[in-house]
Amino acid sequence: MNMSNNRVLTMARAGREAVKWEMENDKNVFMLGEDVYKFGGVFGTADGLGEIFGADRILDTPISETGFIGLATGAAIAGMRPIVELAFADFIGVCYSAIVNLAAKHHYLSNGEFKVPMVLMLGSGGGYNNGGQHSQALHACLAHMPGMKVIAPSNAYDAKGFMHAAIRSDDFVVYMGQKRTSGVGFFGAPIPDSMSEIPDEPYTIEFGVARTVKEGTDVTVVAISWAVHQAMDAAKELEKEGISVEVIDPRTLVPLDRESIINSVRKTGRLVVADEDYQSYGFTSEVIASVIESEPNVFKSAPIRVANPDTTIPYSRPMEQQVLPTSARIKQAILDVMK
Amino acid sequence: MQDRNHLSDVQPTNSVCLIENGLIEIPMLQLLDENGHETNKEQSPEIDEATAKRIAATMQYIRLLDERMVGAQRQGRISFYLACTGEEASTVASAAALSSDDMIMSQYREQGALAYRGYTTEQFMNQMFSNELDPNKGRQMPIHYGDKTLNFMTISSPLGTQIPQAAGYAYGQKMSGKPALTICYFGEGAASEGDFHAGVNMAAVLNCPVIFFCRNNGYAISTPVEEQFKGDGIASRGIGYGVKTIRVDGNDVLAVFAATKKAREVALAHNCPVLIEAMTYRLAAHSTSDDPSGYRSKSEEEKWHAKDPVERFNKWLDGKGWFDKKATDAYLEKSRAEILAAVKKAEKVPVAYIDDIVEDVYDTPPWHLKKQLVELKAHIAKYPEHYPKTSGRVK
Repeated sequence: MNMSNNRVLTMARAGREAVKWEMENDKNVFMLGEDVYKFGGVFGTADGLGEIFGADRILDTPISETGFIGLATGAAIAGMRPIVELAFADFIGVCYSAIVNLAAKHHYLSNGEFKVPMVLMLGSGGGYNNGGQHSQALHACLAHMPGMKVIAPSNAYDAKGFMHAAIRSDDFVVYMGQKRTSGVGFFGAPIPDSMSEIPDEPYTIEFGVARTVKEGTDVTVVAISWAVHQAMDAAKELEKEGISVEVIDPRTLVPLDRESIINSVRKTGRLVVADEDYQSYGFTSEVIASVIESEPNVFKSAPIRVANPDTTIPYSRPMEQQVLPTSARIKQAILDVMK
Repeated sequence: MQDRNHLSDVQPTNSVCLIENGLIEIPMLQLLDENGHETNKEQSPEIDEATAKRIAATMQYIRLLDERMVGAQRQGRISFYLACTGEEASTVASAAALSSDDMIMSQYREQGALAYRGYTTEQFMNQMFSNELDPNKGRQMPIHYGDKTLNFMTISSPLGTQIPQAAGYAYGQKMSGKPALTICYFGEGAASEGDFHAGVNMAAVLNCPVIFFCRNNGYAISTPVEEQFKGDGIASRGIGYGVKTIRVDGNDVLAVFAATKKAREVALAHNCPVLIEAMTYRLAAHSTSDDPSGYRSKSEEEKWHAKDPVERFNKWLDGKGWFDKKATDAYLEKSRAEILAAVKKAEKVPVAYIDDIVEDVYDTPPWHLKKQLVELKAHIAKYPEHYPKTSGRVK
């Protein structure tokens, strides 16, 4: 791949590049949602695409999430490859049935006859001072349900590769981009490590293959999406104190690369799981349960979860910073499992 | 950028007035009176003898099927059934007015449309008995049919969800340039769901060639229309959303056929939705889970028996010289025997394999799902006595 051009892109730009390439190369791909055609999407996911592809393929819809997800599902069944821009993950509440009972189940309930090759784009997570109805991660609400792949890339390189893969997949794929990593203005400057040098060529990344972000021998930290960067900050600090932390980014919640996680814990014997979603019944429990089911005797100490407490995320900026799974909380958890 | 003026069509007035329901009258198209006489020969659609006979035969077949399957449910042979008695003209005649390339997205009471497309008695039975030959492999409760080759979308239980999906399927048809559209059936009760409002509005704004076909059959289980809405039926909503609308006598084959033909022509010519509200009556119970005597009177039902769509169409056929009593009786006898034989056959076919539950969840089964199946099968193999009817059905 040509990496010589030094194009460092944000996650939003990298994802958009994949969308553009796929739309140029497959006439069945189209994007729809609120404010995508003229405005480019509230998260910039369709920035400039309206001018290139026209109003029929960058489709502005009336305000009804259940309506346009239903519409996209129908279009997918008809052979199109819709990309739905739903903006905030928080809004899945008004269209949850359209997602989990319809789009995710048609393939199974029709015995594979009616496929739904659709991508649902969600902006997830908080950390930018927007209150409890605009800041939730909620990936577990989707990953819990059968029938859809759920991906949550943490950086621009993965964003582009997964977006190509998601659009080409015959499965229904939910693509969750954390807003603080997106590089969109009103969410604040992107976390530097979420930006990547992006090859010009299209490329895909396989779902269900974790990335070892940093190798280590003392503790395994499994983190996804925005939490990966928090875990890395904690790991780098603790490196100075002589603790060797392995950071694993599964990148996709469904399918989940349990094998890589289990292999890492076999090596370190200690596990911390960091996630921005609510703590109970979530990603953190799933990871820990998966390891215990497979390797009940491998643990040198009890695993620890670092997640949002099971309460609504505060609007107040200082209070919000206290509930997020920040590097400070992850660092403490690592020190605790080392005891 | 062009200036917009969203007040350009608004007329100012200097008197305080409330616009009320009923100011716009929405008539009901009726081309056959209750005695099967044409009310306006000029408007009567052209139906050739073969099509007319196929419509009549399908309506009669469906009535028989419904009767037998309600009986089968009462005998405990299947868990659930849902009859369309009294509404046969709405679904069969509308399906007859379409092209077989048109997609059907139905609610759950449109077995008439499916039978018209050619779904066989055996297919009906295998689905309802959820056996090994069930096209849905035992995954769906009875009557949730689907068949891609017949362009009939697999039925979903949650109400109204097919409405925005139909708009989307039609959008896909339009984008692909195919001269085909989507028909979307639903009841007047389902039209209270948010999906109706979202879907019809989307279809109008996004110029989707779709026919929204509402069977206004008077009841949503026990809830009569007066408790369902205050407005002028469902037709008034179509107009409110800027959708061309026809209200039609749903027990009148000629009117339903003519309305659907017209709707199809307009929807394809202008890439727009058309709404049809078919006024009919659910002579049957909602499903095998309710008893209408608890919520409506016998005399009310009697009045609708007099409007029976099957009888009315037979009278019209008779007037055309196309009705043969002997042949009809023979056909009914043959169909009854066929249905009974198919029930007996389908219930003897073993259930589907448990192995199938991990197929089609995703395009290819992921390893964690395969692992869960292995664990499940190990348990079933170890304790077959707890699964006497299915333990032998493990691959």
